[in-house]
Amino acid sequence: MRKLRVVIAKPGLDGHDRGAKVIARALRDAGMEVIYTGLRQTPEQIASAALQEDADVIGLSILSGAHNHIAPRLMDLLRSKGLDDVLVVLGGIIPGVDIPKLKEIGVKGIFLPGTPMQDIVDFINANARTRVA
Amino acid sequence: MKTAAETDKQRWERETLAPALAKLPDRSQPFTTISGRPIERLYTADDLDGIDASRDIAQPGEFPYTRGIHPTGYRGKLWTMRQFAGFGTPEETNERYKTLLRAGGTGLSVAFDLPTLMGRDPDHELSLGEVGKCGVNVTSLADMETLFDDIRLSEVTTSMTINSPAAMIFAMYLVVAEKQRADWKQLSGTIQNDILKEFIAQKEYIFPPRPSMRIITDIFAFCSREVPRWNTISVSGYHIREAGATAAQELAFTLRDGLEYVRWGVDAGLDVDDFVPRMSFFFNAHSDFFEEIAKYRAARKLWAEAMRDRFGAKSDRSWKLRFHTQTAGVSLTAQQPYNNVVRTALQALSAVLGGTNSLHTNSLDEALALPTAEAATLALRTQQVIAHESGVANVVDPLGGSYFVERLTKDMEDEALAYFERIDRMGGMVEAIERGFPQQEIAESAYRFQQAVERKDKIVVGVNGFVQTDEPPMEILYIGETASETQLAKLADLKRTRDSAAVRRTLDRLGSAARGADNLMPPILDAVRAYATVGEMCDTLREVWGEYEEVPMI
Repeated sequence: MRKLRVVIAKPGLDGHDRGAKVIARALRDAGMEVIYTGLRQTPEQIASAALQEDADVIGLSILSGAHNHIAPRLMDLLRSKGLDDVLVVLGGIIPGVDIPKLKEIGVKGIFLPGTPMQDIVDFINANARTRVA
Repeated sequence: MKTAAETDKQRWERETLAPALAKLPDRSQPFTTISGRPIERLYTADDLDGIDASRDIAQPGEFPYTRGIHPTGYRGKLWTMRQFAGFGTPEETNERYKTLLRAGGTGLSVAFDLPTLMGRDPDHELSLGEVGKCGVNVTSLADMETLFDDIRLSEVTTSMTINSPAAMIFAMYLVVAEKQRADWKQLSGTIQNDILKEFIAQKEYIFPPRPSMRIITDIFAFCSREVPRWNTISVSGYHIREAGATAAQELAFTLRDGLEYVRWGVDAGLDVDDFVPRMSFFFNAHSDFFEEIAKYRAARKLWAEAMRDRFGAKSDRSWKLRFHTQTAGVSLTAQQPYNNVVRTALQALSAVLGGTNSLHTNSLDEALALPTAEAATLALRTQQVIAHESGVANVVDPLGGSYFVERLTKDMEDEALAYFERIDRMGGMVEAIERGFPQQEIAESAYRFQQAVERKDKIVVGVNGFVQTDEPPMEILYIGETASETQLAKLADLKRTRDSAAVRRTLDRLGSAARGADNLMPPILDAVRAYATVGEMCDTLREVWGEYEEVPMI
């Protein structure tokens, strides 16, 4: 079986990339193949990166409060591209009241400040499956 | 008894320490700072080897200012208590400023939202969901007029955290002052205007490094003539540290950024002593108490020596490093948020003992959201307790002469100098950034720290130790979408009512100035007076210079 392929993306205007980079390294050290898109990606760019890279997982890092706009748009785009089975996880500063809505639209894992890197690795290993290309 | 070959410390280790250790050995955790620096058990006079007290430490107000730039310390004047604030619309933030001023705050500090910081109007695609979220949205002069409504700019000092569009936002402030009939020559405050740390750490850049540096030297030149009391730049280690740098890396990269700005100013034909006195610095106050104090002391010494010896500055005003400090946002935890009050108080105390000139204390809820008014007031009260109750402001540099602090100060200085040398060899900071050097150093440190937390080599109370599972949720400031709707409506209205021919004309002039070599401030001021938006002005420059994109690296 091939390694899990993870696209780590930083959508929105925010440039604070410490979290995205730390997680990218942790997933790589845990044996996954990690593609980091860089900063300020639109949902369209993230969806096409997932398609091109044949991603099994998309990890979003959002700290700015724009998640209620970005996540729904990304999920719609993934559906329209037939990428419904890509596991989408989100890390960042997410007010508690927004979490049920995000889960409802299909963001499977939401990781708040202080989450151990190992928890995220374990969650991805338990919930992602390598897609057959 | 001390033998001839041993130092007093060695004697103590043999005679007194060894038997004690035999009974009670050290705890098993590594004795290192939060930056991973090993710390010895004890520091004595023997550790001052290589430090010449009169040359390296000296006295307060005297070169190289290790003990502080003011001979009177805080006895003459306390540090400025400057609380960073901004959210939603200019109307909402204006209210918050009035609250802070009524509560005894002594300066304003503006936090802008991401669209403003990135030079995008609220109606741009990338502004979706971001308007007013992380700070206040300012699109045009009209918003700046509202932001400072009923606040006399001649009577407050204002710090504005703005970088890529610093020239535009500063021009708006100057035009508001003009409309209030305040004299530009008397205005005082700071613009952050530090683009190098954006490329290194915070990543809110727009234009490529070289034209970005030109905007900054234009501001230096303009202010030295027109707004002489304005601090034209706040060279910032804060964001470098938040991105994961160690204390020594924060010190080294920040000071080296400072040297880069001075070099560019000199190369643009400015006299060192004309613009360097208006440069200021901005450091982080992280959790490792003594390491932070040593960092501030080393910073003053490094700057004084570099200005005198590298650049031949003659004025002591160029030698004196003045700095603002903010407690470490990254150290705040979402878990058990009241613990953050304690963290912030200790960090603030380190900044004060290190001689900060102004200070922002973070609010306890900032790992969750922007602070509520109550949380922001408590943060300010923390500073007032330190200033008026703890007694530390009675004496100048109370830790000067401590074996430990002086040794650590010297070690920090040496580490910074080693980084200076590496960056000099690369050709300077712009070149180092272009090859991703500081960015990679910081990413390494960030990952190392996270691993130390996972291994529990470093305990973060409430996160990987002393965890509590039954925490009640905390009331937070929730910023909805109304700010965005309001700002979009105001922008549409502005575009209908302003003189669009004047906007076009002033933007064209700005474009041609950018293509040539004239100072950019006068055409920016004219565009601002015509109510051109931040997005329009930045787009004009984007057309000339293009946009910077970094190569993604992990």
